[in-house]
Amino acid sequence: MDIIYLLIPIAIILVSCATWAFFWSVNSGQFDDLESPAHSILYEDDDKLIPDDAKPQRDDR
Amino acid sequence: MAVTDRVAEPCYHCGLQVPESTDFITLIDGQPRRMCCPGCLAVAETIVGSGLDTYYRHRTQPGNSPEFSSRQLPEPLQQELALYNQPEVQRSFVNQCDAGLEAILVIDGITCAACVWLLEHHLQGLDGVNKASVNLTNHRARIQWSPEQIELSTLLGEIYRIGYQAHPFHPDKEEQLLAQEQKRAIRRLGIAGLGMMQVMMMAIALYAGTLQGIEQQYQAFIRWTSLIIATPVVLYAARPFFTAALRDLRTRQLSMDVPVSLAIGGAYLASIWATVTNSGEIYFDSVTMFTFFLLIGRFLEMKARHRTGRAGNALLNLLPTSALRLRDGEEELVSADQLQSGDLVRVRPGQTLPADGIIEQGHSSVDESALTGEYLPIHKQCGDNVVGGTINVENPLLIRVAEVGAESKLSAIVRLLERAHEEKPQVARLADRVASYFVAAVLITALVVGVSWWLITPEHAFWITLSVLVVTCPCALSLATPTALTAATGTLRQHGFLITRGHVLESLSKATHIVFDKTGTLTEGNLRLQSTQPLAALDRQQCEQLAAALEQHSEHPIARAFHHLQPQQPASEISATLGKGLEGQIDGIRYRIGQADYASALCPADCPAQPSEAGQWLLLCSEQAPLAWFRIDDQLRREAREALDQLRALGLQCEMLTGDSSAAVQEIAAQLGIDRVTSGVTPEQKLQHVAALQAEGAQLIMVGDGINDIPVLAGAQTSIAMGSASDLAKTNADAVLISGDLRRLVDAVQLSRRSRRIISQNLIWSLSYNLLALPLAALGFIAPYMAAIGMSASSLVVVGNALRLSKLKRRNAVNSQRSLNPR
Repeated sequence: MDIIYLLIPIAIILVSCATWAFFWSVNSGQFDDLESPAHSILYEDDDKLIPDDAKPQRDDR
Repeated sequence: MAVTDRVAEPCYHCGLQVPESTDFITLIDGQPRRMCCPGCLAVAETIVGSGLDTYYRHRTQPGNSPEFSSRQLPEPLQQELALYNQPEVQRSFVNQCDAGLEAILVIDGITCAACVWLLEHHLQGLDGVNKASVNLTNHRARIQWSPEQIELSTLLGEIYRIGYQAHPFHPDKEEQLLAQEQKRAIRRLGIAGLGMMQVMMMAIALYAGTLQGIEQQYQAFIRWTSLIIATPVVLYAARPFFTAALRDLRTRQLSMDVPVSLAIGGAYLASIWATVTNSGEIYFDSVTMFTFFLLIGRFLEMKARHRTGRAGNALLNLLPTSALRLRDGEEELVSADQLQSGDLVRVRPGQTLPADGIIEQGHSSVDESALTGEYLPIHKQCGDNVVGGTINVENPLLIRVAEVGAESKLSAIVRLLERAHEEKPQVARLADRVASYFVAAVLITALVVGVSWWLITPEHAFWITLSVLVVTCPCALSLATPTALTAATGTLRQHGFLITRGHVLESLSKATHIVFDKTGTLTEGNLRLQSTQPLAALDRQQCEQLAAALEQHSEHPIARAFHHLQPQQPASEISATLGKGLEGQIDGIRYRIGQADYASALCPADCPAQPSEAGQWLLLCSEQAPLAWFRIDDQLRREAREALDQLRALGLQCEMLTGDSSAAVQEIAAQLGIDRVTSGVTPEQKLQHVAALQAEGAQLIMVGDGINDIPVLAGAQTSIAMGSASDLAKTNADAVLISGDLRRLVDAVQLSRRSRRIISQNLIWSLSYNLLALPLAALGFIAPYMAAIGMSASSLVVVGNALRLSKLKRRNAVNSQRSLNPR
């Protein structure tokens, strides 16, 4: 069980890394708008990235 | 009112009716789509042309109709935008950044998430723009661009070209503080959450160790780890509770923050003691979890408070950005904040006055509705005072600037508002009152218990005193109010009633009086054609057609009442007589429309008698004879009568308080059955009136919408702004009626009373739990794990009871909807 003397400090270091990343993202404004990013995934603006033969038929629109 | 029978096709871009005999068509998504005007057509073509037609598939709201009508921006707008290229103008809102320049713009016209997508993609598609992100919540865009490749005016122009308006954003101090507060709250929440999860993991190991045995050295190690992780949670995340508790102690109050800090601080210190001496129990898991849950509650409350538009956006949009300054007979376009008192400024019809001043030359009518709520323009001539932020309606004016900045009348209203805020009566909060007794009781008991045990067995005294403090940890007590409020607030928000301050539900439930503003609150706030009475051979529709043709090009509020009609023949040679009416020629015949004496002067016949005293009547005359009377009036909100009847049924005293002094006031009061009416009052008098009522002991709800209502909104115990109100009014109101449906007020009052009952039940439950646990803990009967189970169970009961509020409400809302809408 002596392994916890190594693992727990590693866990603490990882948590401090996560905390640093979290502070960085708050300070760079990523939490300013909590609404619109949720919608942005729904926009089909990736037409160029889809191969032609994989595109769904759009005539029915 | 004339309602056309044909099914009008809505404009594909803005959703307004497409007038017949127009032909603005563009291909979108492979289909020809009709537009209502060349402006919408230009915007749609720009959007499609830049490959962003996905916007139309994803938007949930129609777009805005643009103010201009061609693909090229009109010349005056271009000149105004070019002002923003000057370095001295840019200094106030443009910052240097790594990749060039950066600015924050306020964007008008954002209605849904698709707008954000459209703006971001359109701007990012421009050469020289490095980054563009638009915030849906506060309608601000952050743009980074390289000044060598693109000018700021071009950027702003591009925003106009896709149908939005952009203004530079000048953050004020308060604004920056709010932003900092929000960021700090999120950071605290994150720390508390991360810490809670880690400590919980350690706690599981310790609990397992207690059950099946753990070696002393590992236990000590895990306890030390928990201590290290819990420390930032207590010292950083829970700091707001400590500072608030200290502040309350200094002002000799005992609020909920005191027992909360006591519980967090006490359990934390005891756990440190236990860790260091390797004895007793540790409570790091409870400490972190308790902090995290309470912070979530605070965070949600803060979000709601920040949600409704912001003061920073609001004042800015009232004043124009540029002004036409006359210097040595030369006109030059300058930005409005460069004006100084003594400057001469020319204001064209339709423009907003940039500053307070005195009319030097010319006479015109000025629309002061933004300041006074009066929707009819007021006559102004040489020597009269005019106020910045009002709109010049008819003729060009030359104005000598008198006051700018802090001295201006607009700023004076804002100052009045600040004063009203300070003098606002504080609503004593039930939970805090209970809490102060509770805290006092707990402290005294703990002291008594500690001293008694010290006398009996000194070695047990510390641990038992501590368990008293921990067992009475006011989890359930401090959750009792917030959970009920959150449930009720959420339910009301779904129904279009947004609460932005914590005390609203409580003060709504106690309200005795409800005071309404007239224009824009009880009424729709714009003039409408109410009835037409033909006098001669022509029928109603023909008369309305003629009137519409004459009024078509005027932007006077009266003329706008006719704008929904489509004239068949255009009028020519139109001339306006100030404050009287219009004259024009249609199909070779001269017509006049306006005040009776002015219109009837055109024809040989006598002025016919006005059909009734009530309302405002316009006469249409041709060269031969008077043709028709039109009655125009501000439309009463459809649901106003129902809503007021129900409010009275709930026992509220309804009153009307308005700056309008016309006959329409009495008429509306009679229609709605309001018997207490105060009319023709200034914002100061409104505030005095409300203060006088409050001094008599009335618990007041004020409902209003205009800038002139802001001080009185701030002064009332509960203030509610209409959804269409100015941003400034919304920011300063305690609640916003987003749907604009007055019946939601009834729901809100009912629900507030119900939530008050639920809060009382919760408080009684949690207090009885604590009172039961206290003597047991004091006698040393309660083991820590029993305390933990008891604490969670009592919290669950409280939360479940609060959730009942949202369920009950939903059923009730459907019922009341049914009874309100029998059709």
